[in-house]
Amino acid sequence: MTDTFEPKITAFVCNWCTYAGADLTGTSRIKYPSNVRVLRLPCTGRIDFMLLAKAFARGSDGIIISGCHPNDCHYTSGNYHARRRWMVYRNLMDFMGIDTSRITFSWVSAAEGAKWAELVNEVTEGIRAMGPYTEYQELAHAGVE
Amino acid sequence: MSRIGVFTCHCGENINGTVDCGKVAESARGVPGVVHSVDYKYMCSDPGQSLIKEAIREHRLTGVVVAACSPRMHEPTFRNAVAEAGLNPYLCEMANLREHCSWVHEKGEATTAKAADLVRVMVEKVKHDQPLQPIRVPVTKRALVLGGGIAGIQAALDIANAGHKVVLVEKSPSIGGHMSQLSETFPTLDCSQCILTPRMVEAARHPNITLYTYAELEKLEGFIGNFKATIRRKARSLDEKLCTGCGLCTTKCPNKKIKDEFNEGLATRGAIYVPFPQAVPNKPVIDKLNCTYYKTGKCKLCEKVCPTGAIRFDQEDELVTLDVGAIVLATGFKLMKTDQFPEYGYGKYKDVVDGMQFERLASASGPTAGAMKRPSDGKAPETVVFVACSGSRDRSKGVPYCSKVCCMYTAKHAMLYKHKMHHGKAYVFYMDIRSSGKDYDEFVRRAIEEDDVSYIRGRVSRIYEEDGQLIVQGADTLQNGRPVEIKADLVVLATAVQAQDGSEALAQKLHVSYDPYHFFAEAHPKLKPVETNTAGIFLAGACQAPRDIPETVAQASGAAAKVAGLFSRDELTREPVVAVVNRLPAPTFSYCVGCFLCQSACPYQAIEQEQIKARDGSVIRTLAKVNAGLCQGCGTCVATCRTKAIDIQGFSNEQIFAEIMTL
Repeated sequence: MTDTFEPKITAFVCNWCTYAGADLTGTSRIKYPSNVRVLRLPCTGRIDFMLLAKAFARGSDGIIISGCHPNDCHYTSGNYHARRRWMVYRNLMDFMGIDTSRITFSWVSAAEGAKWAELVNEVTEGIRAMGPYTEYQELAHAGVE
Repeated sequence: MSRIGVFTCHCGENINGTVDCGKVAESARGVPGVVHSVDYKYMCSDPGQSLIKEAIREHRLTGVVVAACSPRMHEPTFRNAVAEAGLNPYLCEMANLREHCSWVHEKGEATTAKAADLVRVMVEKVKHDQPLQPIRVPVTKRALVLGGGIAGIQAALDIANAGHKVVLVEKSPSIGGHMSQLSETFPTLDCSQCILTPRMVEAARHPNITLYTYAELEKLEGFIGNFKATIRRKARSLDEKLCTGCGLCTTKCPNKKIKDEFNEGLATRGAIYVPFPQAVPNKPVIDKLNCTYYKTGKCKLCEKVCPTGAIRFDQEDELVTLDVGAIVLATGFKLMKTDQFPEYGYGKYKDVVDGMQFERLASASGPTAGAMKRPSDGKAPETVVFVACSGSRDRSKGVPYCSKVCCMYTAKHAMLYKHKMHHGKAYVFYMDIRSSGKDYDEFVRRAIEEDDVSYIRGRVSRIYEEDGQLIVQGADTLQNGRPVEIKADLVVLATAVQAQDGSEALAQKLHVSYDPYHFFAEAHPKLKPVETNTAGIFLAGACQAPRDIPETVAQASGAAAKVAGLFSRDELTREPVVAVVNRLPAPTFSYCVGCFLCQSACPYQAIEQEQIKARDGSVIRTLAKVNAGLCQGCGTCVATCRTKAIDIQGFSNEQIFAEIMTL
């Protein structure tokens, strides 16, 4: 079964850097696997980490969070909030039984179309190797949610 | 009950080539709430938009999903169309089937399945969309232009001539930029200063232009139409009103050994100086790092000789705060220095110069008054070697891009040299000759055919000094890589054009994007070449990418036209993507518990405190309240809120969770 396993990757990206960067990947016709579904947010600072838990509960095998590089945030400091929140929530997620190695935190700017493709390639390959993520789904269905 | 319409665009073959649009439209019909789903060749075309409008009326749609290109491209187009059909424009969302799907994946079922997924995500989002009203904000009709080179001057003049106020800020003591340093310009060989200085004077005299030289942007706040800029006017140590520009102080300054930046280190200047004779404003400045008085506390000779008593040693930097509605970035470029080339002597050979130094050597206003003399001993160079692509298109130097202007200016340099030294020999080493432009290729041909410049296709591997001459070793790749060795008196490296120092820091101050080489990024490579990702900030000239003068001027006028367009309105409408704190009837009032974590997270100080009072005036609760005028809609507060009392319009918790539920 694992030979045909196609991971579901959910990406939470900011509108100004990574979404625009992913647009540039398209404009430059750089290919990457179709496993990723991009959710557009104004800023990575918008990411409530409960969104990630929900995404896993709904069957995501891997998650990408990507926004502007440090110092480059369109809103000055949203990406710092995201990073700090991630540092804190990671422990909570471990406690909740979520495999945090399935979450990739990255920075892709609006001019880095090629980097977005590389990121999706890496994460897809990594998650493919890890196999499907069902543990949290089962927990969620058992009533943790 | 939602009545959603889904409109899938083929974008010609752009989407339909890899995604089966018919299938996508078909699968959308099965999504609960979708009452109408069609596909069409070009949804953004007039018939395509009519299709949407008619469907809204016919099927009484409550929401629209357009599955087409990136919302960054056509969201305004479709929202307008939806509004014309009488539906609130914010009930229209786009699924990005092109940039995020068809262009980046191979043709196949998985790609079509992804496209269908993206549509479902947006259908769920649109079901939770709320009708919103755009926010109206006033426009301050004054522009700020950063950089006083030809790009900034042109942009400032065009905006000023359109009848708007402009503040032109230049960091060095005079406007003019790199163009003022050039001797002649390609492809006409007309004198650079002759065409530039009238513009400089015009900019300084224009009633609509305020000139701040020796000044830099300190801080920027606000948003399109309503920026607040703080400018640091560095102390010139001079009362500009009293100074008549007589120049007596500059001749009397005892400290005369300072490298002259305008002449690229090929001449010297005093500690109090005017950068060049045609400087605008023609007022001196004291270089505090090199001034004897600032260093030792003694001298003040300039103060003694000044006939009007204009010298002010105790002058301090001044901070000026300005309200501006738009900004043009025109901060230009720098050239890679010759010390970056170990193979060409680390910049230690005096007679290995860069392109700008050669401009000064060839210029009538330069250190040699335009006579061909080499820097080391003043000898007229009998043989000159020009090395194009020095650093450019060279990954090992971190510059994989083409610097664009070097092919042309190298041909110009060789011609200028040959026109002054008819019997001299000029060689040009090149990789390719890139001379696309009006009359450009003819110009290069003229250098080769009429002025007898020898072009050698190959790179220079090494330059070393021997008996007062420079030995240039290279290869001629048109003769099977035959080694070439030339004994030269002067070598000119056409070094790479790079982003100006401090570009990264400036971009971060302005929140504009920049590329890995620190050139500012345009909003779209083809369709928005002068806009940045930040509304109200525009680009002109070589701060965006290497550019020559005609292109720079055209782009500056383009940026100015954008500013004038913006200023043609008294009011702007802004996207209503702002945060709101929920309000409920008494006695709950709100989920907000008044912890004000949102206040500390907000980068815009947009969260205010609101007191809920009883009839007797006593305060019952203190709640957060968003000032929609200040809120920029980042949503950091939303993620911070413990009680989910604060939410952001357009990206609400309900909407995002609905999107996730489709996964």
